[in-house]
Amino acid sequence: MAAPLVAGPVADEPPLYADRVKVYPQKVAGRFRRLKWAALGVLLAIYYLVPWIRWNRGPGAPDQAVLIDMPGRRAYFFFIEIWPQEVYYLAGLLILGAFGLFLVTSVAGRVWCGFACPQTVWTDLYMWVERLIEGDRNRRIKVDQAPLGLEKAAKKVAKHGAWLLIALATGGAWIMYFNDAPTVVGDLFVGRASLAVYGFVGLFSATTYLLAGWAREQLCIYMCPWPRFQAAMFDEHSLLITYETWRGEPRGHVRAGTSLAERAAQGGGHCIDCGLCVRVCPTGIDIRDGQQLACIGCALCVDACNGVMDRMGWPRDLITYDSLGNQDARAAGGTPGLRLLRPRVFVYGSLLLLVGAAMAVSLATRSTVDASVQPDRAPLFVALTDGRIRNAYTFKILNKARQPRSFALSVAGVEDARLDVIGYDSDGRTAELPVGADTVGSFRVLVTAPRARLVEATTPLTFIVAEQATGQVVEDETVFAGPGG
Amino acid sequence: MATKVERDAVTGQDTTGHEWDGIKELNTPLPTWWLYVFYATIVWSIGYWVVFPAWPTLTDYSRGVLGYSSRATLAARLDQAAEARRGWTDRLEAAAVEDIAADPELLRYSMNGGRAVFADNCAPCHGSGGQGAPGFPNLVDDSWIWGGDLAAIQQTVRFGVRSGHDETRVSEMPRFGVDGVLADPDIGDVAQFVLSLTNRAADAAAAERGATVFADNCAACHGEGGAGMAELGAPSLNDDIWLFGGEPEDILAQVRSPRHGVMPAWEGRLDDAAIKMATVYVHSLGGGQ
Repeated sequence: MAAPLVAGPVADEPPLYADRVKVYPQKVAGRFRRLKWAALGVLLAIYYLVPWIRWNRGPGAPDQAVLIDMPGRRAYFFFIEIWPQEVYYLAGLLILGAFGLFLVTSVAGRVWCGFACPQTVWTDLYMWVERLIEGDRNRRIKVDQAPLGLEKAAKKVAKHGAWLLIALATGGAWIMYFNDAPTVVGDLFVGRASLAVYGFVGLFSATTYLLAGWAREQLCIYMCPWPRFQAAMFDEHSLLITYETWRGEPRGHVRAGTSLAERAAQGGGHCIDCGLCVRVCPTGIDIRDGQQLACIGCALCVDACNGVMDRMGWPRDLITYDSLGNQDARAAGGTPGLRLLRPRVFVYGSLLLLVGAAMAVSLATRSTVDASVQPDRAPLFVALTDGRIRNAYTFKILNKARQPRSFALSVAGVEDARLDVIGYDSDGRTAELPVGADTVGSFRVLVTAPRARLVEATTPLTFIVAEQATGQVVEDETVFAGPGG
Repeated sequence: MATKVERDAVTGQDTTGHEWDGIKELNTPLPTWWLYVFYATIVWSIGYWVVFPAWPTLTDYSRGVLGYSSRATLAARLDQAAEARRGWTDRLEAAAVEDIAADPELLRYSMNGGRAVFADNCAPCHGSGGQGAPGFPNLVDDSWIWGGDLAAIQQTVRFGVRSGHDETRVSEMPRFGVDGVLADPDIGDVAQFVLSLTNRAADAAAAERGATVFADNCAACHGEGGAGMAELGAPSLNDDIWLFGGEPEDILAQVRSPRHGVMPAWEGRLDDAAIKMATVYVHSLGGGQ
């Protein structure tokens, strides 16, 4: 149904661009603020400290617990070492992240946005620095409105200096995940690090400074795709930041010391329209307008309103974490009830478990040997002068162990097949193939079979690799092509 | 287009004032800084005109203050790559092909490098995997016209076949039919004899007669039993591998008026290391002796 349109007193040419209204969030104390500080501390500690954790992998291997070694084509995570061929683990992690986000959002709204997103964490840190140097909301507004003087200049220089230092530390920590942390930090300071390292430090420092210092809520509102579709994860049972309209309205100012009964007699609601919930909001919105895209779910307005209600001696949680269904029930005088176990929660939860379990099983059973065989396609097969048929294969053995190993290759599936490997001895049935530590051995393998043994155009053929020392066996399937008939 | 801005009662927002078949759009203004970012990218692009080649002139183009040229960059990268390979190239030049094939490191390097050389230079005639085509020998099987050991393959690659090079390999089968060396019935008989070598003769009596013709005219090069002779470049006739086709009419045509392929000499076109790598690669395809 089309929205009713009424002609209003508006300009002839509507503006296509809107100036940003700068947000000056006010300081607030309370349960969720403490939670936010805790999350900030833990997350920043993880980010800055993890590259310094050491993990002994033996000689010749990096001893950093978490490291993505681009030139060496390896990713290390404590006891796990990932090869480029295993990039599906990265895909798995991203899928886990996505389902985790969906699950949390369907249960408790934008917890990620409000508490854990790097944009929120660093913006919070930057605001804390800003408050320390320029003062709280009113002082900051005054500073910004004041003409440029010595004091204002000093404050601005101090603030941006501190921001840039944090930005540098952020960019500096980022590259530690891709380089040996102690080495790269030393190199950074003496000017010996590579141009790429300086480039990435510069890039991440600049984005940190711009996004946390200047863009802030603009990133959430205009750049981030997640707020645009996160509402699809919500239903009437999701816990969201809600305003209890049914008891808050009609809002209006009251004198201090007014009791709830007096207020009711005046015909007013519980909201005293003090505006604190708006002033503490980091995105500058009014939660009393209802659910909106710009609400990042940080719950600071809950803390603000509870503080006011406590001072008034009125019931708390006028702004609260609650579901839209509960709010409707409360408004209608019914009994609210939380429903956490809902189909979508089950679906997201079981997908999360499924992918997590699959990854855990795959990691636990991960072999230190892998083999892959690829048959030649031009020609598929060749007839020899004595009438036998020969197929050629490119055969690769991935030795993921840290020492050189020797493997015995044999084939099964075609009777009387002869096996040869270019450059290596073979007795016709098996060949000894050495592969260096932590490398891929590539071999050209020739399999020759009497034509009489080949009834079909293709016969299944199995390459069998047995590790000499441990007897560990890996197989890969391929086909033997022939003229058929 | 008429502009009639209205205010939407539900959202309190203005419309853009445009209407398409009754559809009106709310005006949600972009942030101004977004516009400035767009201007900044325009300014940035002007920087490109200054530092990089950009504008055509009548006879030339603006070079840009950095003097950048993708062709020069490519040349520099190729030089760098050649320099990086120098150690290998020197070793390959110093070693004989037999030594290369016996050294696991050089063998692996040559098989990979040879694949690239082969794909660039040999594949158009011999096929991407050396599978050949009618008239262009298959290099994967174990039948070799001019010999299949490393030295023989290197000789063929280096100097070619009927290439005009001083040291080229040359062979020429006489035109038995066209030049009247053999009468037509004799040619039919000898073709039946050749087919009988792979048990395909349709006329046993003709094959019997052809045996004498073969011994008198062909065996000198192709050998008594048609086994071929690599020294003379005479192909074997007693297996299923045929350069110009193995059907009776193909054999008849080849006896009457033989076709002869040409392979260029690669000496002078490819450097020594590339020729050796190609040799080792072809040898490693499967048929090497």
